[in-house]
Amino acid sequence: MNFKLRVWRQENPKSEGRFANYEAPDIPSDASFLEMLDIVNEGLILKGDSPIAFDHDCREGICGMCSLVINGTPHGPEKATTTCQLYMRHFRDGQTIHIEPFRAKAFPVIRDLVVNRAAFDRIQQAGGFITARAGSAPDGNAVPIAKPAADLAMDAAACIGCGACVAACPNSSAMLFVGAKVSHLGLLPQGQPERMRRVLNMVKTMDNEGFGNCTNHYECEAVCPAEISVAFIARMNRDYAIASVRESVE
Amino acid sequence: MTSLYSRFCNSSIGRKWIVALTGLALIAYVIGHMIGNLQIFMGRERINAYAETLHSMGPLLWAVRAFLLAAFVVHIVVTIQLTAENRRARPERYSVKEERRAGAASKSMIISGLIVLSFVVYHLLHFTTNTTNPEFKVLEDAKGRHDVYAMVIHGFQNPLVAWFYITGMFLLCLHLSHGFQSFLQTIGANSKKTAPVFDAGSRLLAWFIFAGYTAIPAAVLLHLLHT
Ligand code: HEM
Ligand code: FES
Repeated sequence: MNFKLRVWRQENPKSEGRFANYEAPDIPSDASFLEMLDIVNEGLILKGDSPIAFDHDCREGICGMCSLVINGTPHGPEKATTTCQLYMRHFRDGQTIHIEPFRAKAFPVIRDLVVNRAAFDRIQQAGGFITARAGSAPDGNAVPIAKPAADLAMDAAACIGCGACVAACPNSSAMLFVGAKVSHLGLLPQGQPERMRRVLNMVKTMDNEGFGNCTNHYECEAVCPAEISVAFIARMNRDYAIASVRESVE
Repeated sequence: MTSLYSRFCNSSIGRKWIVALTGLALIAYVIGHMIGNLQIFMGRERINAYAETLHSMGPLLWAVRAFLLAAFVVHIVVTIQLTAENRRARPERYSVKEERRAGAASKSMIISGLIVLSFVVYHLLHFTTNTTNPEFKVLEDAKGRHDVYAMVIHGFQNPLVAWFYITGMFLLCLHLSHGFQSFLQTIGANSKKTAPVFDAGSRLLAWFIFAGYTAIPAAVLLHLLHT
């Protein structure tokens, strides 16, 4: 298959970026999107040009490292799919493909298509943990957890932290990510001691990082590769209000 | 420790709560006002008596007005603030961006809101203070009461005015078609199961309100209501 690429190139965080056009000839239809970029990069290196920088790690849809906004959609056009799991057969032969980095003030571009998502790590550090006794592993099933809570916690835990929610949101809001992380631990008995502190601290860090505010467009849910539901944002909103009121009466 | 005030007024989620709660107060008013207005279809006697009752409540009426004004101002100030922050959160725009779920209603909240604000200002000058039409002030019915029935009908006999009201209500209801389910999401009442119900219910409520309000100027334009 043959494609025309229009790719964002940016030397470093401070420099002006611009779009550059490339040809991507003879791409196998079973190549993944990242493999297609690998092939294009080989050509660029042979010509003495600098290769297009992009993020990736596991290439099997579980680590959340790959990114890219492909033809206007984070992770491209396929539902519930990461860029590394997107295959070129889903595109038309000869099609022009626009490739941009995730864009948000809180995710500054490092180079080309690579953005700095450390803001997510700082939000996690603010409350995405539980206090557990160190030492030997606890017995399995020692803490009983109701099936519905366990299922819901699993749904929230499916978040791979890729940041597509922020990239898709017209407001660059991180509330789907934070909602998933707050709910994942907040639903489980092990997460109860810090439940109130967790939501307050994670939301505060999220705000300080410069993400926008959710206005319920639900674009995040539509692009999420892990299909995280916006119901977790609702749950976080509720926890936040309860925690704020409790804090003030205690 | 962070104060409760700061938790609500200086945070993203806290201010969303403020928008939602003031929005709820405004929705309650919008529905109540619609039911009040629809009494015009029960005749001159009924609507004029209703207006007389409202005006005889004195301090209570002013308390409600003050509360609504406060909710309205807070709603507007906070949403403008949030919208400005949201713009700043993406300094570099996408050159190509596809939307999958966001619709005309959700994307136009600030615009529909600001136009509703200008509508409300005109509406108050028109039917409440009669500044735009001083002749409305002296309308009296047979019992010597302010003739609200005649005022509304004369008001809407001007097609320009009638259409302005219909447009204003359209934008208000566009706002509410997104706003009502947004309220439920913001206060944390939404879940995966309720989402489709809330979404449909929100549109239904909005267009029901649209039909209720527009019935009056439409009936005047169609000569179904006359003095
Ligand atoms: C009678 C008049 C109005 C009613 C009944 C109303 C109602 C609502 C409701 C219920 C919401 C959803 C709240 C939420 O959960 O976030 C909302 C949101 C919003 N309103 Fe209004 N509103 C009115 C007037 C206005 C005006 C005059 C503005 C002008 C600035 C405005 C701007 C907004 C914006 C920008 C949002 C979206 C905020 C967000 O979702 O975070 N509204 N409104
Ligand atoms: S590279 Fe790991 S999820 Fe795509």
